[in-house]
Amino acid sequence: MIRGTINIDTEICKGCELCIIACPQKSIGLSNNINSHGYKYVELILDNCTGCINCALVCPDSGITVYRQSKNSLKKNKYLVAKL
Amino acid sequence: MISECEIENLELVYKKPKTLTETPMHYCPGCGHGVINKVLMEVIDELNIQDKVVGAAPVGCSVFEYRYMDIDMIESPHGRASAVATGVKRVNPDLYVFSYQGDGDLAAIGTSETIHTVNRGENILMLFINNAIYGMTGGQMAPTTLIGQKTSTSPYGRTVKNSGFPINMTELISKLDGAYFVTRQAVHKPNGVRKLKKAIQKSFEHQKENKGTCFIEVISNCPAGWGMTPIKSNEWLEENLIKMYPLGDIKVPK
Ligand SMILES: Cc1ncc(C[n+]2csc(CCOP(=O)(O)OP(=O)(O)O)c2C)c(N)n1
Ligand code: SF4
Ligand code: SF4
Ligand code: SF4
Ligand SMILES: [Mg+2]
Repeated sequence: MIRGTINIDTEICKGCELCIIACPQKSIGLSNNINSHGYKYVELILDNCTGCINCALVCPDSGITVYRQSKNSLKKNKYLVAKL
Repeated sequence: MISECEIENLELVYKKPKTLTETPMHYCPGCGHGVINKVLMEVIDELNIQDKVVGAAPVGCSVFEYRYMDIDMIESPHGRASAVATGVKRVNPDLYVFSYQGDGDLAAIGTSETIHTVNRGENILMLFINNAIYGMTGGQMAPTTLIGQKTSTSPYGRTVKNSGFPINMTELISKLDGAYFVTRQAVHKPNGVRKLKKAIQKSFEHQKENKGTCFIEVISNCPAGWGMTPIKSNEWLEENLIKMYPLGDIKVPK
């Protein structure tokens, strides 16, 4: 499985929870912490993000940046394993 | 929190467009305006037209969008964004020009400008954000408000007897010869966001070829005006608004 991760700007997040609903992996949850604007913000709660970018697309405040394992790196790793 | 350095060979696959400024948006949590502003700037980044595009902002909740869009913008009088965009485009035919308006703006006070801009086939992109309410002024009934929908000026629900029928502005203008590409999209789901992006890309391509008016309606939510959480508002949008205003292309180039 391709793995990914997200970075959430917790000061920009307004805790609308739309990213939580949009995530097919259920990787995101609402934190109990509150940012300086008075909003609860969201965070990555499970280590199963695939980097599909769904959460970032629906975020109205553009608070999510997404990273994904490059496909090339996966191939390279496989090759290395096979050689060993 | 999960740390990102645990996974090797990470590549950046999504970040906010550079043409969207760092200014925090004033929209209520979960409001569709934020998504639409962002997608528009993504397209402008990808087409690399930041210095070749001018937008006409409306009166309504998106009145301050010029703070978020790092491009040349003009603030229009209520309802008149398409007329302002007409002027800009006619004087600068080589620029890409768009107007951005809510339903109170485009389908109530600006009805005349809307119809005549499309009827003239002005070579601009008109974005119409339909949240079936006057968001900015406190959730009053709009011409697009559904029958039975409760607003601050229809507390028992809109009735045909008092206020007539919800107006389908996009169908209406699609019948005009000046309309070249007319479509209705929504941004409450990731795929909808992708489709809106494609529609905006296409519209700018048509504009480059002087094809006439491109008109994109975006069905959007107003959690504050509807009195719902953002999640609930998107469910209500799906179950009610999209039934009345079905998604998809309404007029495509032959
Ligand atoms: C000439 C004039 N009339 C009325 C108003 C008050 N007013 C401000 S915004 C608005 C309607 C906004 O609704 P909409 O266009 O649907 O935008 P939304 O806030 O829902 O995005 C009205 C009536 C005004 N600013 N100027
Ligand atoms: S990128 Fe996809 S899988 Fe990862 S958190 Fe966002 S929606 Fe979930
Ligand atoms: S969609 Fe954006 S603003 Fe809303 S909770 Fe998620 S990160 Fe925060
Ligand atoms: S009032 Fe409605 S349309 Fe305006 S910012 Fe709030 S949610 Fe968005
Ligand atoms: Mg409105």
